[in-house]
Amino acid sequence: MRRLLYRLAPLFLGLIGLVLWEGLTRHFDVPVYVLPGPVVIAETLWTDGAGLLGALWFTLRITLLALLAATVGGVLLAVVMAQSRVIERSLFPYAVIAQVTPVVAIAPLIIIWSNDNTTLALVICAWIVAFFPIAANTMTGLNAAEKNLHDLFRLYGANRWQTLALLRAPAALPYFLTGLRISGGLSLVGAVVAEFVAGTGGAETGLAFRILESGYRLQIPRLFAALVLLAAAGIAIYVALDLLSRLVLRRWHDSAVRRD
Amino acid sequence: MSASPTLLRLQGLSHRYPTGLLALDGVSLDVGAGDFFSLLGPSGCGKSTLLRLAAGLETPTGGRIDWPGGRPTPGDVGFVFQEPTLMPWASVTDNVRLPLRLTGRDSRTPDVAAALDLVGLREFADAYPRELSGGMKMRVSLARALVTKPRLLLLDEPFAALDEITRFRLNEDLLRIWRTQGCTVIFVTHSVFEAAFLSQRVAIMSARPGRIVADEAIDLPGERDATLRTDAAYGAICRKLSDRLAQAMHGEAAL
Repeated sequence: MRRLLYRLAPLFLGLIGLVLWEGLTRHFDVPVYVLPGPVVIAETLWTDGAGLLGALWFTLRITLLALLAATVGGVLLAVVMAQSRVIERSLFPYAVIAQVTPVVAIAPLIIIWSNDNTTLALVICAWIVAFFPIAANTMTGLNAAEKNLHDLFRLYGANRWQTLALLRAPAALPYFLTGLRISGGLSLVGAVVAEFVAGTGGAETGLAFRILESGYRLQIPRLFAALVLLAAAGIAIYVALDLLSRLVLRRWHDSAVRRD
Repeated sequence: MSASPTLLRLQGLSHRYPTGLLALDGVSLDVGAGDFFSLLGPSGCGKSTLLRLAAGLETPTGGRIDWPGGRPTPGDVGFVFQEPTLMPWASVTDNVRLPLRLTGRDSRTPDVAAALDLVGLREFADAYPRELSGGMKMRVSLARALVTKPRLLLLDEPFAALDEITRFRLNEDLLRIWRTQGCTVIFVTHSVFEAAFLSQRVAIMSARPGRIVADEAIDLPGERDATLRTDAAYGAICRKLSDRLAQAMHGEAAL
């Protein structure tokens, strides 16, 4: 019973919020182009859903491609940096620079360089936003194995590859998964921001462009509908990655063990 | 005991850490093959350093280590640390199998079961370290050190963090394993009672810099069990070792 309440509590709060929202917009007769109520937004989502779903798919594709690239790139960078202090010290500042430079500022350059291939430009922008948490976390994890375990590997004459595969990589796994969960959200942010900057470009457009377009046309319910889809996509990505993390770590890591 | 051939000979062994700390100063001793040999001393006396040098994990800054019967290759030396030092992501079986994998003897999987049998953990082969008690984790650590059938087993205060009841049981099990496996053991401890109970020979070390100040043969029967702990002869040996240890620490500031 308590557990059910615990699970449903956020849903209840959301429901109360929605009812209040609807009630207030009706009571004060707020025009839909300022703040539409939840019912109008739901109706828009129903009628415009088909068109918005295409846009959602476009944005999700960019997000997932960027997350994939961030995972591959971030892990590779981490493995290279973890090989020696000198390599780490040489590379890390540039990773930080890529991370702290606002992607909005670099996006125009990337769009020019990717030669009108909008998808590529968007993926690169989103990748720049997303790779750092994976790279930094994985690097920390690769150096996180117990010192005595390293000694044990030396005692049995382990080579560099064995130490990486059997000791450093497994030790890095929880750190990598933490980075992955952060990067999942950032990939979506990166995809949306990049699309804001890139504008129309090709024939296909994503949710970010629909938000801009709806804003210009004062189709505020449609803007909200697009926002709802974006939020839902973000939640879905987080839940999926959180589930993955729990599944992978369930036998050995304290963070994934259920305490009842 | 003295008749057994020498496995390991330390000659004027010294070690200075990069920080400038002189951990060992001119340690010479012979360890006979098949001996159970303990290093007893206060914390910080360099006994762990000596063990690490013997394992080849550090290179001595002075003196030499000789292996009259041939230098050990990976798998000839087993090491048990103060903490269990298990891989939390691997099952008990995979933890114990690790030395076999690293030394390319992966095919010898029956050895894993045999090692688990030695420490009485066969039913826990599929468990993960976090599901085990402190004493059981130490048993896994011991099984891992034994799985390659080492000539030399090095133990660095392995039972110091355990409660007394568990420690006593593990002491008795370790003696049984040593007798059945016929390996040489170098056991580091700061407990007079543990050293006396287990060893055939005990060297006492002083701290800063680490030196051997006494080397005592323990004149107790080879077959030992829990009843020995209340034996008068055992009590006398503990007193003698305590006196020697007190002499070793004489002149140092009171702790």
